[in-house]
Amino acid sequence: MPITLERLSKRFGRFAALDDVSLTIEDGELLALLGPSGSGKTTLLRILAGLDVPDAGSGPVDFGDGGDRADERRVGFVFQHYALFQHMTVFDNVAFGLTVRPRRVRPEREEIHDRVHKLLRLVQLDALAHRYPNQLSGGQRQRVALARALAVEPRVLLLDEPFGALDARVRKELRAWLRRLHAEIGVTSVLVTHDQEEALEVADRVVVMNQGRIEQVGTPDEVFHHPASEFVMSFLGDVNRFHGRISNGKVQVEELGAAVPLEATSASADGVNARVFMRPHDLTVARDDDGAGQPSFSATIVRVNAAGPSVRIELENAAGGALHATLSADELARDQLAVGDRVQVTPRRMRVFTDPTPVGTDGKGGA
Amino acid sequence: MSGDHTSHPGRHRLGEPRWVRWSLIGFTVVSLALLLLLPLVSIFSEALARGFGAFAESFSDPAARSAMRLTLLVAAIAVPANVAFGICAAWAIARFDFRGKTLLTALIDLPLAVSPVVSGLVYVLLFGLQGWLGPFLARHDIQIIFAVPGIVLATIFVTFPYVARELIPVMEEQGREQEEAARLLGAGGWQILWRVTLPRVKWALLHGVVLCNARAMGEFGAVSVVSGHIRGKTNTLPLHVEILYNEYNTVAAFAVASSLAILALVTLVLKTWVERRAERAQEEAARLEDQAGREEVVYAHHA
Amino acid sequence: MALIRQRTVLPGFGLTFGITVTYLGLIVLLPLSALLVKASGLGLGGLWHTISEPRVVASLELSFLAALLAAVINLFLGLAVAWTLVRYRFPGRRLLDAAIDLPFALPTAVSGLALTALLAGNGWVGRYLEAIGLHAAFTRGGVVIALVFIGLPFMVRTAQPAIADLDRETEEAAASLGASRWQTFRRVLLPALVPACATGFALAFARALGEYGSVVFISGNMPGKTEIAAVLIVGKLEQYDYAGAAAIAIVMLVVSFLMLVTINLLQRWAGHRRQEATS
Repeated sequence: MPITLERLSKRFGRFAALDDVSLTIEDGELLALLGPSGSGKTTLLRILAGLDVPDAGSGPVDFGDGGDRADERRVGFVFQHYALFQHMTVFDNVAFGLTVRPRRVRPEREEIHDRVHKLLRLVQLDALAHRYPNQLSGGQRQRVALARALAVEPRVLLLDEPFGALDARVRKELRAWLRRLHAEIGVTSVLVTHDQEEALEVADRVVVMNQGRIEQVGTPDEVFHHPASEFVMSFLGDVNRFHGRISNGKVQVEELGAAVPLEATSASADGVNARVFMRPHDLTVARDDDGAGQPSFSATIVRVNAAGPSVRIELENAAGGALHATLSADELARDQLAVGDRVQVTPRRMRVFTDPTPVGTDGKGGA
Repeated sequence: MSGDHTSHPGRHRLGEPRWVRWSLIGFTVVSLALLLLLPLVSIFSEALARGFGAFAESFSDPAARSAMRLTLLVAAIAVPANVAFGICAAWAIARFDFRGKTLLTALIDLPLAVSPVVSGLVYVLLFGLQGWLGPFLARHDIQIIFAVPGIVLATIFVTFPYVARELIPVMEEQGREQEEAARLLGAGGWQILWRVTLPRVKWALLHGVVLCNARAMGEFGAVSVVSGHIRGKTNTLPLHVEILYNEYNTVAAFAVASSLAILALVTLVLKTWVERRAERAQEEAARLEDQAGREEVVYAHHA
Repeated sequence: MALIRQRTVLPGFGLTFGITVTYLGLIVLLPLSALLVKASGLGLGGLWHTISEPRVVASLELSFLAALLAAVINLFLGLAVAWTLVRYRFPGRRLLDAAIDLPFALPTAVSGLALTALLAGNGWVGRYLEAIGLHAAFTRGGVVIALVFIGLPFMVRTAQPAIADLDRETEEAAASLGASRWQTFRRVLLPALVPACATGFALAFARALGEYGSVVFISGNMPGKTEIAAVLIVGKLEQYDYAGAAAIAIVMLVVSFLMLVTINLLQRWAGHRRQEATS
């Protein structure tokens, strides 16, 4: 059964953390809430958990002031800083949700024992069941926190930047591990993160948020390759950004000394400002114009950085602006490009975003 | 700095010259010995001035016995009551946001700034014969001032901040996350308090109890004002000391005083022990965290 | 609950807040309002009349000046002691460190008794003082000594953490720039300790102002000479002059409030300094 959130709003003082947010979470999916700090993603997660209450709108779970118990609520929450019970062993931490149940609903001791060990095996920490949290590494602690949340068989698993406090290497491993775990258990999960790589790698769908609003909801592929707004485009992945103005149905980009075609859906009034986005790996860099009639512009190679899986080239165009492109090692070798060469840069793909109708007082359209 | 400082083996390059250091040490030892240890020693010396027999006799006196009982009774009521209050106040203040928190905290600090005599006086003005509720109490034949209830109330007034003031900063520092996690796992209020909160603050709680108890048993000024000094009925140990002294029964006065001094020493020992345990627990936790963190990096590089 | 700014998931606000407020109301506010009512019954005129009695003025003066002097002594004594305990190692250091809390743990009547016995003419210390013509017991000097005794822990325990927190690097920087040890102390270390010292001073002063038990034995309680305000309040109570006692108490209460506010501000100032230093 999908979870529906309708028109949620929440303010802290004068700061609007959430502004009219609506979302549907599908059963069994792993959803990522992605955005910079202050975007409202953590607030949204906490409202889902019942840790905070929205000022307006309806959420699916409604916590009274000390009323309902676990059996009714069934939300699992994993905190960024684990929030493990420091004075209890790993086993007691994971068993906690089961041992606090009222007598009539509480499982027998043997059953609790079995369930806890099963979960610990699932997170590969069975051998450490009798250790205390401060004897564990950060990655291990997070896995215990996960097992603890799963012990109560939640309807929804909520994770608040679960890997944020960890070493980069450990983070990568746990990401893959979480993906596998989710595939195995299949519980609906919502993950909050500011790391776009993490969201794109782990989630079934991504919700990109900014300043309390949802910018776009879609699969990782959709949000990356078909961003719905400037914000989404610049937030996800590397990007080159240029300013231009519409003239004669095209966008004149002074910095490049070229004109690019307008997108079909944009407003086409002359004189309207526009911004053109190109991803570094969508640029073809070659000695000569490939002659296919695509708009291209000239630039000089300023720096070549070949250390890594792909080659990163920094260029300076005619107007003195900087841009960067990503090539494979083969492409670099084929043309034998080097610093100082004058080249033709052809964007294979680009996005153009225009200002909405003349600047109003709400000043939308900027980050 | 010039080179001669570094060539001196006994001179720490970044320290005071030796003579300053040793003068300060000498000064400290002498002044503390004079100011603190000498009075302590003199209590026992005066108490035993006429031999151990006279010393022991002072405690078999029925008035002394009843003073002891009353002191213990007052502490047995005041300390648990203040512990309960302290936990409630700390829970409300450290776990929730609300208007008037500053005022509440200031009110909790108030008894510590007020003179003990004023603390007793306010109760006399409230419950005394000429006080606000005086006529009401007289009509119903309830005695508060010059009776045990008054002593208990005055003691509670001067001692209730101790536990709360220990718990509040500790709980504020610890943050709400573990309790929130417990709630989300389905724990009820009492379960959260008992299984998550209290175990985390146990040293602070114990520290507060030790201080609260010391003050409850030793309070003089406030109790003196409300008690009426009725021998055998409304005298606590400190008041009994005063009575004996005023009767020029010096040895007995010091004997009883020495029992209170022993109580003070026990308090100091307990307090220091609790502080050391708390410190050690923190260091241990920090050490293990460090170790675990290093293990993790190693593990990550080997994976 | 309209009182809570943010609703949270944690239970128990209503209960704990209610108990806290009720407890405070019954134990603190109710008695205090009885005092206010009694004092206001006098009216401002009556209040002034009581307070300006020579005996009352003398007692307030003594309480204030003796507390001030004792706090000043404690400032220097306490700082020196705290410095020594934190910075130096010597045999018996731990014992002395624990002993600092003795005046705090000892019932005031016991302290008062002990100090009186020591400083009286035939006491261990008193006899030497008498020999050089100084009288301690039953004089104002004795009052000051008693107040130094009970104020010492406040000064030392406030200064110790501040001294321990001193930034070693700034000390080393000053030394490397050529400052002598005294210069470093005076111009680098001491200023950093000012907030803590001010707080300790205020705490010792506030405590000394209202002190009763340790002083009532040693002072002799001679009206106009060695009678502190707290003793006078008790005296008036024994004569059933409730109004008079209330008047003096109000004055002391107002000063206590002011001290409370001052101490809070000082502690916040000290806290800020520490944050700045460590950030």
